Amino acid sequence: MSKTWFAYVASFFVLIAAVLVGVTVGSVSIPVQVLWNPDLDEAASNILWNIRMPRVVLAGLVGASLAIAGAAFQGLLKNPLADPYTLGVSSGASVGAVVTLFFGISVPFLGLFTLPVFSMLGAFLTMVTVMSFAKLIDRAMKMETIILTGIIFSSFLGSVISLMVSLSGEELRQIIGWLLGSVSMRGWPYVTMALPFMTIGFLLLWLNRRELNALVFGEERAMHLGVNVKRRKMMILTGGSILTGAAVSVSGTIGFVGLVVPHMTRMLWGSDHRHVLPLSFINGASLLIICDLVSRIIISPSELPIGVITAFIGAPVFAFIFWKQRRKVGA
Amino acid sequence: MLKVEGLTGGYHDAPVVKDVSFHVVKGEVLGILGPNGSGKSTLLKIISGVLPLKAGTVKLGSKPIETYTTKELAKHMAVLPQLHAHAFSYTVRDTISLGRYPHQSGFFSSWSEKDEQAIQDAMQLTDVKMYEHVYLDQLSGGEQQRVFVAQALAQQAKVLLLDEPTNHLDIAHQQQLLDTIRMQATKNGLTIISVFHDINLASLYCDRLLLMEDGEVKIIGEPHAALKQKQLESVYKARVRSHPHPEQPKPQITLLPNLSEVQVEHIIKKDNFAVSNEYVVMQANVPLKTVSSAVVNAGFGWFRTFVNRHVKADYECDDSIKEMFDYLQEQGFSTTDTVGMMTAVQTKHVVIEEYNGTFGSIIIAVTAGVGNAVDVSKAFEREDEPYVGTINTWIIVNGKLSDEAFIQAMITATEAKTKALQNEDVRDSITNTLATGTSTDSLLVAATQKGELLPYAGPITELGKCIGRGVFECTTLAIKRYKVAKGM
Repeated sequence: MSKTWFAYVASFFVLIAAVLVGVTVGSVSIPVQVLWNPDLDEAASNILWNIRMPRVVLAGLVGASLAIAGAAFQGLLKNPLADPYTLGVSSGASVGAVVTLFFGISVPFLGLFTLPVFSMLGAFLTMVTVMSFAKLIDRAMKMETIILTGIIFSSFLGSVISLMVSLSGEELRQIIGWLLGSVSMRGWPYVTMALPFMTIGFLLLWLNRRELNALVFGEERAMHLGVNVKRRKMMILTGGSILTGAAVSVSGTIGFVGLVVPHMTRMLWGSDHRHVLPLSFINGASLLIICDLVSRIIISPSELPIGVITAFIGAPVFAFIFWKQRRKVGA
Repeated sequence: MLKVEGLTGGYHDAPVVKDVSFHVVKGEVLGILGPNGSGKSTLLKIISGVLPLKAGTVKLGSKPIETYTTKELAKHMAVLPQLHAHAFSYTVRDTISLGRYPHQSGFFSSWSEKDEQAIQDAMQLTDVKMYEHVYLDQLSGGEQQRVFVAQALAQQAKVLLLDEPTNHLDIAHQQQLLDTIRMQATKNGLTIISVFHDINLASLYCDRLLLMEDGEVKIIGEPHAALKQKQLESVYKARVRSHPHPEQPKPQITLLPNLSEVQVEHIIKKDNFAVSNEYVVMQANVPLKTVSSAVVNAGFGWFRTFVNRHVKADYECDDSIKEMFDYLQEQGFSTTDTVGMMTAVQTKHVVIEEYNGTFGSIIIAVTAGVGNAVDVSKAFEREDEPYVGTINTWIIVNGKLSDEAFIQAMITATEAKTKALQNEDVRDSITNTLATGTSTDSLLVAATQKGELLPYAGPITELGKCIGRGVFECTTLAIKRYKVAKGM
């Protein structure tokens, strides 16, 4: 028990530290005191609250969403390599978002939320298609099958996006900038846009934490343990798609967060989803805040896309998990 | 407790399981048997609700199972799956705790004292308590299987379905696991339905067996009724033989290999015998099916070497079996391939004769000491220790004997021996009546089990005639030699 307690304390500590560093470090260094005493330096306070803070909060929310979605997908598919990016779900969300921007769709009733809603739809449809296709190829849904299917769909959806980008004139710059994956210059409106969906997605997954534990032993086993597999699966898929869609709609495609964070969490504190989900959430936030910070300062004054940083960390971790899993199967 | 009626269903359009009906009561263990592809696992999957019913009903308690919600059903019925590999590893405790899922509800679904008690009991029963905080993938297959049994027990369901629970387990783990499950039925009234691959395990642990063939019930009944030789041969398309379990009143099945044998003549002759000062030994080239009351390796068995050892008349030993065992080993005999007897008679007085019948031949070897002759009908008046002086009779048959023939051969030989004692006027020294034998006589019947089957060995069969005459003649001669040696 004390180990779990420590896990939460440590994770929160890292998150708070990441936020503090995230808002103070940058092209202009801001003393921490400005945070609670705006009168100290009004200009600095302005930067902190209107530029840096929304950026840090958004990075945190995106990171948290992708990480918890990854953790849930991994449990559901019994596949440690699954994450929104490797499954092609992020690409699906991108297509949804690009379509919205390209056609200038604005559903009156949804207003500001049109973009995230279409993103989520894209994510959900992709997820369902990838899963059905993988199942069609291989009933056992082996790890490699799912990942390969994800790659096939990612490539296909990627070309769909490229096509639309080529066809677009005016909107081009907006789409390109968005596609690169970034949390910069988004401001508070984006936070407000994503937050409700992320909350719903988080709750949907968290309500299924024990079901995910059972599902790791296979759908049949979960059913025998009393899990209503069909409904729970739908809830988890919906939750994961909402989170991915919301994240992609505000920040573009940022890869591997959903892979790295749950893996680290499991390695440190075990595979129990009751803790893997919340801990991935917290640590995903910290990771993306730090990655964003690095992307801001590493080649300052220009910025590196944040996806570059996450891929730089994520790809080796992906390789490592793959190697470890294959060895486990081989032995 | 569980009632299945006219159950039909399977994976695709053509039903794998057809019109299956049976009824299991509380505390009963039902085993499902059948060849590969006969629909055993499919039947279990339909009962547990994984596969849909096409026709018929499955009633749990008084309600059809489709009226239960998944969670409700899990409270009443637990299923133990076949072992699979898992991508993520949980601790043993977390794994077993999942068994409490159907009993928990609410937003935070807190862990109650009852939940804790249930998993503690389950761990106790399956003996996995010491692994509580160990990760599942650090355990062996057998230990993992026990953890999953604990998980199923933690559900505290009244019905337990098992699919080949002992797959991949060694015999010690098979026994532990099935003992635990059987005890749950006997003590706690759990109702258990299990698919078995192993007919003998099913027979040992189940109250009733359901034998399936091509998706239909061939027979359902107690093991002795369900495991009839002819029936198994037709269902499994294999030659089998049924024999009783040594401890439990349950039949066990042995398969009979269809090996194309190289036909070698294995006829035992007098030349196979050798006599030294210490023992009479008979060496056969092939193992003989033997039944005997010897000191070492008595009972039924297959042996190649037969030793009748001479010991002093005052031989006394607390553990004569061990002493004889050590002796055989010292002399270079294989203790697992040798039948050993003892006699106080000098080995040179042994009588070995060959007798020919229409079926083949038999060889009889007798050593006789009648110093302790006893009238069996008066033996209740005596109070004494067994002596070494004794009549040891060996009957080696070049032929194939049925079990009945082995027993009849022993009766026939005993009667012939008694007749020889009468003829020689051997008397019980205490009662002074005619003796029927000595207090420690031993008998051995061994057969090559080649050639035509000799179903009987009573006095008027060809084999019986040879045994009767042979044992009588050899015993008479052996007594005469004994008398001469003793100066009587």
